[in-house]
Amino acid sequence: MELQQSSYSSRDLLVPVVSVILALLAGSVFILIVGENPVAAYRVLFVESFGSVRNIATTLQRATPLMFTGMAVAFAFRCGMFNIGAEGQLYVGAIVAAIVGVSFANLPRLIHLPLAVLAGMAAGGVWALVPGILKAKLGVHEVINTIMMNFVAYYLTDYLVTGPFHGGRWAPETDRVFPTAALARIFPPTRLNSGILLALVAIGVVYVILWKTRTGYEIRAVGLNPTAAEYGGISVSRNMILAMGISGALASLAGVEQVLGVHGRFIQRFSPELGFVGIAVALLGKNHPVGVFFAAILFGALRTGGAAMDRLTDVPRELVVIIQAMIIMLVAADELTRGLLRRRRTV
Amino acid sequence: MWAYITYFVNATVLAAALRMATPLIFTSMGGIFSERSGVINIGLEGMMLTGAFMGMLVTYYSGTPWVGLLGALASGAVMGLIHAVASVRYKVDQVVSGTAINIFAVGFTVFMLRTVFDVAGTSPAVPRIQSITLPLISRIPVVGEIIGNQNPMVYMALALVVLVHVFLFRTVWGLRLRAVGEHPKAADTVGINVFQTRYIAVIASGALAGLGGAYLSIAHLSRFGDGMTAGRGFISLAAMIFGKWTPFGALGASILFGFADAVQMRLQEVGIPRHFVQMGPYILTMIALAGFIGRATPPKAIGKPYEKE
Amino acid sequence: MEHILEMKNITKRFPGVVANDAITLGIRKGEIHSLVGENGSGKSTLMSILYGLYHADSGEILFKGKKVEIGDSRAAIDLGLGMVFQHFMLVDTLTVAENVILRAEPARYRFVDYRQAQNTVKKLASDYGLRVDPRARISDISVGQQQRVEILKALYRHAQILILDEPTAVLTPQETEELFQVMRNLKQQGTTIVFITHKIKEVLAISDRVSVLRRGKLMGTRNTAETNHRELAEMVVGREVLLRVEKKPSEPRETVASIAGLTVKDRRGTTMVKDVSLEVRSGEVLGIAGVEGNGQQQLVEAITGLIKPEAGKVMLHGQPIQKLSPMNIKKRGVSYIPEDRHKRGLILDYNVADNLILGLHTQHPFVERYLFRNEKQIDEHARRLVADYDIRPTDIRQIVRTFSGGNQQKVVVAREFSRKPQFLICSQPTRGLDIGAIEFIHQEIIRQRDQGTAVLLVSAELDEILSLSDRIAVMYEGRIVTVLPAAESDERRLGYLMLGGDLHRTEGVEIGTSAE
Repeated sequence: MELQQSSYSSRDLLVPVVSVILALLAGSVFILIVGENPVAAYRVLFVESFGSVRNIATTLQRATPLMFTGMAVAFAFRCGMFNIGAEGQLYVGAIVAAIVGVSFANLPRLIHLPLAVLAGMAAGGVWALVPGILKAKLGVHEVINTIMMNFVAYYLTDYLVTGPFHGGRWAPETDRVFPTAALARIFPPTRLNSGILLALVAIGVVYVILWKTRTGYEIRAVGLNPTAAEYGGISVSRNMILAMGISGALASLAGVEQVLGVHGRFIQRFSPELGFVGIAVALLGKNHPVGVFFAAILFGALRTGGAAMDRLTDVPRELVVIIQAMIIMLVAADELTRGLLRRRRTV
Repeated sequence: MWAYITYFVNATVLAAALRMATPLIFTSMGGIFSERSGVINIGLEGMMLTGAFMGMLVTYYSGTPWVGLLGALASGAVMGLIHAVASVRYKVDQVVSGTAINIFAVGFTVFMLRTVFDVAGTSPAVPRIQSITLPLISRIPVVGEIIGNQNPMVYMALALVVLVHVFLFRTVWGLRLRAVGEHPKAADTVGINVFQTRYIAVIASGALAGLGGAYLSIAHLSRFGDGMTAGRGFISLAAMIFGKWTPFGALGASILFGFADAVQMRLQEVGIPRHFVQMGPYILTMIALAGFIGRATPPKAIGKPYEKE
Repeated sequence: MEHILEMKNITKRFPGVVANDAITLGIRKGEIHSLVGENGSGKSTLMSILYGLYHADSGEILFKGKKVEIGDSRAAIDLGLGMVFQHFMLVDTLTVAENVILRAEPARYRFVDYRQAQNTVKKLASDYGLRVDPRARISDISVGQQQRVEILKALYRHAQILILDEPTAVLTPQETEELFQVMRNLKQQGTTIVFITHKIKEVLAISDRVSVLRRGKLMGTRNTAETNHRELAEMVVGREVLLRVEKKPSEPRETVASIAGLTVKDRRGTTMVKDVSLEVRSGEVLGIAGVEGNGQQQLVEAITGLIKPEAGKVMLHGQPIQKLSPMNIKKRGVSYIPEDRHKRGLILDYNVADNLILGLHTQHPFVERYLFRNEKQIDEHARRLVADYDIRPTDIRQIVRTFSGGNQQKVVVAREFSRKPQFLICSQPTRGLDIGAIEFIHQEIIRQRDQGTAVLLVSAELDEILSLSDRIAVMYEGRIVTVLPAAESDERRLGYLMLGGDLHRTEGVEIGTSAE
């Protein structure tokens, strides 16, 4: 499977780069429909996402949750599984982090914050274990189960946030978490917070797990060839379950970061499909932590620039959603992308 | 006790269940086409959403919801075509392609809504397909109350189930379609065109999902709203699985899920949070897949692109 | 006699191998024409070209004297070709009748006429003596019956030429005899048959003419009546390949592994190994001869812990190991060359160094502090084995997928042999390899034996069994029929027993040590 490559080479970069360019070109058709100039619109998009330190900070803030969900999807891919449930896992992680965040009034920060983060990770991890176990033990395809678990997570968090943990305000959200559980803002007035440091640590940890430990060796072996892994004394089911658990924990960190670092509370259905965009991030990043890092920044920039474009031009921000969809399709259809490239060369 | 039961199970609720089930029936029939041919269709949600939007848009311009329905059918088919080209021709992972379609549909519908109408959230009202009263049947007690006075699309959905069943299990095309979904190479060696079969099945799948979406915007309601399918494409997927990839099974599951939808407000009144009722279909589907209520086994070749040697 | 079909100068290359090298072959109308050759000799490729599944790089096909282009299987069917694949092309969830009529359905207004379908299939079945219930689901019938469905499919499509691709590989002797009867019926009614096999005995029993392929080349065509076992065997194997491994007489010592009353079911629940008892001693090679599919694979997988046996014991130095995990069994000194290196033995997308620690990756010195890889040790290990076993290319970072089959197998052999195992299991260790690699692996096996390892060798190649083994067990239908000293075995006798021949009616040879 193309999804399984272990390291970057310049040839591997070709398809992602070409895909992004093609998607932007296709997006310009939509800009023309609106009656704007694509070049001008894309200039706005670029300037507003990378044009100043502040814009870069906003882009990084938007990229942070995508680093987590992107790595979540990539990690499961490495073990041969498609975790399409990052969205649900991040909701469960987010609500648990919020509950811990609003629950303990007088804990020292050194305990409260890690407790909220770890509780959120654990919740997301356990959420992902369910489809992991069903796959490992009963052979049920994880794609359907992770989708189903997404909806269970939506309704469960809907219930919790409108019922037992509904905050003091009218809106369907929890109270603000105590400052002792909040992730510090590191570049005010943007909402960039120390969650990005957590993301960088996670990227490092995932890299080490995958390529520097026996666990990573086993997980990748299961992903590449489960029957050979079994022959090599590697427990296929144990590693599948473990990989899903880690994947879920990574996904949940996106929700944790949003609650403790961005919104300060759990807001019903707050996620702009971060979990699904994570699939795009993983694909574009070739399931490699470093690739995921850059892909997340690209998607963060699209979201930042898209919002600005919406403000400053007639182009609706949904353009970037369309572009994201096209990037996913083009990266995955690398045969098509390479083919187009070849044709252009010969012309 | 009896009064208690009839509060939840009565003609009014069942009629509502049927209304709620209708979009699921259309879409799950679409799912059956695609998956029986061996192509996973996670993109049903997006195809449905596109159909809901285009149904509204074409109705807006034509003034006739029936024309709008054709627009929905066509737009769903185009989405199906995209899924087919990606996953059959270019061998894109079928789940990835479906995901891309879902994301695309969300972006596309809102983008167009804002571009065409310059509004956010909800489209202007358009004419809708009006309910009809069936002569005779509507006068039968209970049964008449349930099915006697419904939207024509409800009847279309029920008829569709029978048609799909006959198609799959009685016609030459149905037999070939099932063969392609189970063992494409075997089908290929007797000369069935696997690619063409899958193309047609996935396009049909999108067209039907488009109709399911249109039911929401131009039959049940008379406007389009952002994300108005609200996961119904995925519930349809669940209904198809719960119904073991058979038309009547999916019909039963759709009605069951529609019933859960229809009864949730009444359950809320007696203290059962509706959110737990809403989870029901998804949890039931997981249980069915795990084999606890008669194993649901997918078509064997599902998810695998066919490689001709 | 006229040729109904001619293939002229057919050449087909795959990356790294010429599967068919300018093959010219004529099939006469109404004959049974055998096509023999070892695995990988190009038989299946040639027939796939004929059936439109592959396209030849060059050459042409004449049907009844006219040049034809067979672009796909539909074109082949339209010409009157029918193919029964080794891996059946049947849809499990459909019925026999549905499978037979697929894409040629009797129908009224495109509605399938199931009654007519069943009647037609029933009639066809009784005309040719192919007993099978048209209404049964494929998943519910036996392998032999499934094969009949495949033949019915071809006959239903009015096949004039029927190609049978190693049909007997999956059949019991009775079923084989029934198949031969069907083939004779078909011939009588005018059908031409191409029969692919690698069993010479079958060639002699059934065919009118025989063509031999070796490594992609046609070695010749003979009238069956004018040839014999010896000549064909030489053509199939090639004179230079009569493998004789230089070895001393064995000096068996204590029993290392003993298997007692082992019964194993496969994943579908069929009992594949029935009450098998064996002993393997230090310093000897025990060969297991048998037609593939008689339970050898399940036996080996049960010993190595990949499947849990239903009953019985596997003892290593007197300790039961049948309940241990594959990893723990490995750790006790059991090495295993699996029969399918792509499916089991290697992770093709891992590099050489990573493949050389598969199964050792949890052990000292490759891992430190229980978790972290020791790259230096891993690389050192790889460099040493690459040199010792002459693995090429020598770049330990190269992905194994890019290696030749022989070098891939050397990676497996290097990893398993270098662990100094006490009990070594080799399953089809040289399948699909070239002569050089085969000789190398054979020498290594003997060297292991001479170092005191107990070796269990499973092979479908009688030559290999005969040249390496000290004792030979014959496995048939899940049972060990007999165990003979190698000195008392020959190809003829083993072949007879492997095909279910009666032990006590073997003429002219003593009965060796029995299984107990």
